[in-house]
Amino acid sequence: MRELRSEWRNKYAMSGILLYLLSIIFLITFTFEETDDRTWMVLYWIAILFTSVNAVAKSFLQESEGRQYYFYTLASPQHIILAKMAYNAVVMVVMSGLALLFYIATQGYPVEDDASFLLAMLLGALAFASTFSMISAVASRAANNGTLTAILSFPILLPVMRILIRVSLLALTGQNLAMNAQDLLYLAALNIFIVVLALILFPYLWRD
Amino acid sequence: MINQLHKRWWKVLGAVLMLYTFTAGMMIQVPARFVLHETIRNLFFHVPVWFTMILLLLVSLVQSVRFLRTGKMVHDIMAAETAAVAVLFGCLGFLTGMLWGSFTWGDTFSWLFADTKILGAFIGLMIYAAYFILRGSINDEEKRARVAAVYSIFAYMLLIVFIFVIPRLTDSLHPGNGGNPAFSTYDLDNSMRTVFYPAVFAYFLTGLWIASLRVRVRILHYRKHHINVL
Repeated sequence: MRELRSEWRNKYAMSGILLYLLSIIFLITFTFEETDDRTWMVLYWIAILFTSVNAVAKSFLQESEGRQYYFYTLASPQHIILAKMAYNAVVMVVMSGLALLFYIATQGYPVEDDASFLLAMLLGALAFASTFSMISAVASRAANNGTLTAILSFPILLPVMRILIRVSLLALTGQNLAMNAQDLLYLAALNIFIVVLALILFPYLWRD
Repeated sequence: MINQLHKRWWKVLGAVLMLYTFTAGMMIQVPARFVLHETIRNLFFHVPVWFTMILLLLVSLVQSVRFLRTGKMVHDIMAAETAAVAVLFGCLGFLTGMLWGSFTWGDTFSWLFADTKILGAFIGLMIYAAYFILRGSINDEEKRARVAAVYSIFAYMLLIVFIFVIPRLTDSLHPGNGGNPAFSTYDLDNSMRTVFYPAVFAYFLTGLWIASLRVRVRILHYRKHHINVL
């Protein structure tokens, strides 16, 4: 997990993302002033989605050729993608937690069923982290890759967002965890599926 | 598969089945159903088009996998061209669906995002649009082929999950989802079945034919520059 530590040194990027998140939430606060429950939830997820594009999607882009070559000699591709995903998962969980805190402070907290919502948040953060890690590895091989990551990953993430928002909207109305269990299990399975796919496919990208 | 490209039998079969689909599809007696009436014939045109899209994308997936395993450019060419034709069939699926929807659901556009199946199909088209953008933004051919193959495998696997699993979890206006009956229960009586199954083959073979022509043009293009892709 050398990767994790070397990423951690890059704190400027992190604080940049934090600033980005803050400005989104302030924007929501002073444009909406008061949100109804449904809007609250949907805006929250959109804020998370766009934050994760900026936080995680760059993970392979910001590294120089030399550094990638250095990693290449150091570790197997499976280790590298796993380390990236693990690091990005931590970033995403922390970010969505912080986002929630800011959001509660400015907009209140209408959720009835905490367990479902928090689980959805966790699973969503993991799904975003793994998908964006993989797609940013794909995009880093192409020219003008900044926009490319978003183009390549949004269609893949749309259905995930759909399930996440469905679970969260149900959580608003105070359904219990059992109601959402099927969707949450499905999200968890999807997470595992994405990680396995990435482990199989990433070595082909890394072989430059 | 490459040595079948020049063969004639499957193209003739596809053309004959296509003629049969259009004549029999318009002519046979169909069961009279409330609301649907004669629009039920859309089963012969709308549904096979979607099946063909999925099947062509499956061919594209297999070719992508084979490219990653063998590194032969011909597999990349086939993957790209079948995906392109699949997108064409996806657009046809939307058009036939819209036409049908304008008569039965009373509206051409507003249901576009209301239904999970339609959303899944739309996402599929977006994914393959992104695939072609990705291909366009890499200049080195070998690298383009590899990166595009990785993306298309990743995206197709997830797309399949989304198209075939999510609709079963949610409501959909399409048969077989959200408590709606699938074809086999009572929608499809036996006379319709004799047209529907050949129609699927007809569209799929025609799609393969279009793709194979495009592949052959690309191969000739390479050959002109004395590059052996086989």
